[in-house]
Amino acid sequence: MRHLMSPLDFSVEELDRLLDLAGDIERNQKKYARACEGKKLAACFYEPSTRTRLSFEAAMLNLGGSVLGFSSADSSSASKGESISDTIRVISCYADICAIRHPKEGAALVAAQKSAIPVINAGDGGHQHPTQTLTDLLTIRSLKGRLGGLTIGLCGDLKFGRTVHSLINALIRYENVRFVLISPEELRLPDYIREDVLVANGVPFEEMERLEDAIGELDVLYMTRVQRERFFNEEDYIRLKDYYILTREKMLLAPSDMLVLHPLPRVNEISVEVDDDPRASYFKQAQYGVYVRMALILTLLDAAKEDSDNA
Amino acid sequence: MLNISGISEGFVLDHIQAGMSLQIYYDLKLDKLDCQVAIIKNARSNKMGKKDIIKVECPVEALDLDILGFIDHDITVNVIQGDRIVEKKALMLPKQVRNVIRCKNPRCVTSVEQELDQIFFLTDEEREVYRCKYCEEKYVSPGKRRRK
Repeated sequence: MRHLMSPLDFSVEELDRLLDLAGDIERNQKKYARACEGKKLAACFYEPSTRTRLSFEAAMLNLGGSVLGFSSADSSSASKGESISDTIRVISCYADICAIRHPKEGAALVAAQKSAIPVINAGDGGHQHPTQTLTDLLTIRSLKGRLGGLTIGLCGDLKFGRTVHSLINALIRYENVRFVLISPEELRLPDYIREDVLVANGVPFEEMERLEDAIGELDVLYMTRVQRERFFNEEDYIRLKDYYILTREKMLLAPSDMLVLHPLPRVNEISVEVDDDPRASYFKQAQYGVYVRMALILTLLDAAKEDSDNA
Repeated sequence: MLNISGISEGFVLDHIQAGMSLQIYYDLKLDKLDCQVAIIKNARSNKMGKKDIIKVECPVEALDLDILGFIDHDITVNVIQGDRIVEKKALMLPKQVRNVIRCKNPRCVTSVEQELDQIFFLTDEEREVYRCKYCEEKYVSPGKRRRK
């Protein structure tokens, strides 16, 4: 059974095919309007998420399928103490594909190990968020025309920011990608990404603290939110939450073709005045998120059908 | 000089870092075996200054070499048959350890999901780094940490 736990589950060739399919969906939406007729997506969200959940739901509805699920642990059997393994075995009886978000790291993998239907990791704590990565890749490829030969600035919470970890893992497979890591000391990239991914693969990167020092050399600036739910200590959160704010003044230092991306929701880290800047691409990114999730649902359901045909 | 008699059938774990024998005794679950076990602490050693030794009078198959390799791959395993050393087993870092160590990351799914095995994969042989299968939390092998 094919699942999606991390962006690395797809080879570069498979990823290219997926992004091509997403591009075709963008251009020919009617062609796919009944592609998943009769199929059901279970959206199992153990922690609050508006964008990712609605994006999955929109994707399945756009494909002519249906959606069921829950949007918090309180409204699921987890509140009665049911294990993830048991929940997914039951959900496998109700749906054809499952998207799961859970605050615990590795939860989606636990589900995939016991599932009879494809499982998509829709975010597991501070660990991985592969569909956001697919969204980011599709956005960059669509707006920049390529995924290689880029200098990518990652700014904000690089420690708990799972979108950043997943994006790095995916982008290092392309030629001549360079990273500028912009964060306060306390929120630097964890060593399992810095050492085992960047250093181990000889990927050039630089760590900086001031956004102004880095912005002039970037092709893409990827802003992140400092997430309250990742902190055990409220004082640390308050001290760090407004560390970076992208303003119109800072955008004056940026190249004219630099993209500003953000996984959303934003709080204060991008000033609203930047929204009108043509380089601000975070709302387009949300739209690409629906196309890429449509492509992913189609791809995984096709793979599951192949498995069942060959069984 | 303290004399401990030899064993005719079984195995001897030699070159254990001094002070580690009791932990290894429990990690290998030797306390569960119904056979003679001798633990020698602080034995004199030309190579190590002092060392611990464990002698166990039972077939070597009872020994989990993976766990031992994980704890310290510098330990020597001598297999004894008919009062003689018939084999010296080389220890290696296992590719995977299951239910030997627990993930310390409070955000890891292993902290909440019942009946889930604690599995760590060897991700960097040179630095002896293991990572949790679920959350990728780092764990340096006990032998490497002691040698630091």
